Amino acid sequence: MSSTGKSPFGLVLPGLPQILLCPEKNPGWEKLFLAFQQLRSEMETQSIDGLILYSTYWPSVIGHQIQSYPEPQWTHVDDEFHDLGSIPYHFRVDSDLAQTINEQAKARGLHSRTVSYKGFPIDTGCVVALKLLNPDNRWPVVIVSSNVYADRAETIVFGKAAKGAIESSGKNIVPIIITSLSNRLHTHWIRPEEDHIHSLKDQEWNQKILEFLSAGRLEDVSQLSRQFHREARVPKVANFKPFWWLASVLGQNNFYTGRIYEYQPVFGSGAAIISLTPSDRAARDLEFDENDPEKFLGERQVIS
Amino acid sequence: MPNKGKIVAGVLAPHPPHLVYAENPPQNEPRAECGWENLRWAYERLRKSLSHLDYDVLVVHSPHWRTQVGTHFLGVEKFSSLSVDPVFPNLFRYHYDLAVDVSLAQQIHDQAEKEGLTVKMMKNPHFRIDYGTIISCHMTNPTWDKPIVGISSNGAARYFNMEVLQAEMLRLGEATRKAIEDSGKKAVLLASNSLSHRHFTVEGEVPEDMSREHISNHNQYLWDMKIIDLMKKGKTEEILSIMSDFTETATAETDGGSLSWLLSALKIPKYPAEIHGYGSVIGTGNAVVEWRTPL
Repeated sequence: MSSTGKSPFGLVLPGLPQILLCPEKNPGWEKLFLAFQQLRSEMETQSIDGLILYSTYWPSVIGHQIQSYPEPQWTHVDDEFHDLGSIPYHFRVDSDLAQTINEQAKARGLHSRTVSYKGFPIDTGCVVALKLLNPDNRWPVVIVSSNVYADRAETIVFGKAAKGAIESSGKNIVPIIITSLSNRLHTHWIRPEEDHIHSLKDQEWNQKILEFLSAGRLEDVSQLSRQFHREARVPKVANFKPFWWLASVLGQNNFYTGRIYEYQPVFGSGAAIISLTPSDRAARDLEFDENDPEKFLGERQVIS
Repeated sequence: MPNKGKIVAGVLAPHPPHLVYAENPPQNEPRAECGWENLRWAYERLRKSLSHLDYDVLVVHSPHWRTQVGTHFLGVEKFSSLSVDPVFPNLFRYHYDLAVDVSLAQQIHDQAEKEGLTVKMMKNPHFRIDYGTIISCHMTNPTWDKPIVGISSNGAARYFNMEVLQAEMLRLGEATRKAIEDSGKKAVLLASNSLSHRHFTVEGEVPEDMSREHISNHNQYLWDMKIIDLMKKGKTEEILSIMSDFTETATAETDGGSLSWLLSALKIPKYPAEIHGYGSVIGTGNAVVEWRTPL
């Protein structure tokens, strides 16, 4: 364990249950399943002390919520794909790290709280990703919510709270965003073999994002979040925030080595498994023009 | 051939968990001192009103069971578990034990399918009932002595727009009414949604501190009063005609389609609704409203 904690790399992971519950029904789902296995086996050779998941599947209203219950245990069923089966889970949470993130968030002016309740409903995205990446609880985890009213500044500050907590922990912690790229599901039932990205437009935007990330351009993707939200996301929340958070935790720049483990459609949405490892050399050092706040200075009356 | 069934009443029955929290029922773990009395007393008046009615089942349409692929129906006869609100876990950790009228659910499902809607029965026994369904049903019938039919809300308002969703909900409402009539049962319908729905993003140390409670903004309040005024005047067709504007401008929870479904099932009533009460909960606007179907 080093004296100053750090993030050796960051991950983008999908969270739809087909990948876990029935990968054999579609070759693309199976490729995603195998890519999770490959990623997991590679991570097992590295010095990693824990994971922090920012889940787009866990909306919060009262500021930011941070899961701190030591051993969440339940049998989860997805609201939509309940016929695929039940998912029993038993996770190991790093309650101390959760508490530190909360303290850091409060110190930066955010309204945040830890949640520690038996039976709290961990979301489908985190359940699926953790069952695939961390099935034996090798790494303790922290899960943080995605506030529906937060926009960029607030999300950046929340990411900095996580970064500060990682540094003060002295641990090697991998930040992970649980999100699809394009998120438009089919709105009618399809046979698994018929699965495809919902539209050509979604597919093209996904490929653009993948191109940037494979070149290590995390900050450029972060800067594209608003446009991506308009072009390829069903507008269920104010904005597409996960890359803001990830860039804030890892560093708001384009100095990364990006690796696309897999990209496939899952029920119409774009599911990608991607790693971003800090590198000495910028893929491309583009200018960006938004502020880089250290403290949250108050709600901006964002409409969800 | 059974007697013709009937919707005996329809209710706008919002589901803020704060109301159950403040009621302190034995099923809920957290304890409150008080709070949100105007809405809790509105539910008391509703319960008193419904106590004079003979009905068999509560049919509830919930924004918090959100599905993107059509409309889903609870299809298991008994559910017993713990519901923890993911947004307000400090207020709502409720041990539920409820019965579902699967036969009626299947009839509504089949009727909706016959009319071209995408539908699915939810048959997984491990499924956790959403807190919207639980709260609306608890506040309406805390003894849980009636079975329920649980209906999901569809995300078409965000996938397409409110007009698309409303068109589907009008068809679902008609299918619901037809199935209830065919079933021979007497049903009370619950639309489990708030009106305006912009929350505060902070919460006080004491959640039931009513000195902090008010509507989020005046714009929302004006919209809520406009909708309630139309309800009182029996002008529900006008509500449907402005539903899109209301939903967008007041960030209303009608984006789940519950109110549109209810009004359609009630044949878009021209008679006045009974407003049992209105109040804000963490900034959102909520009304408990009853349409008593004429004899």
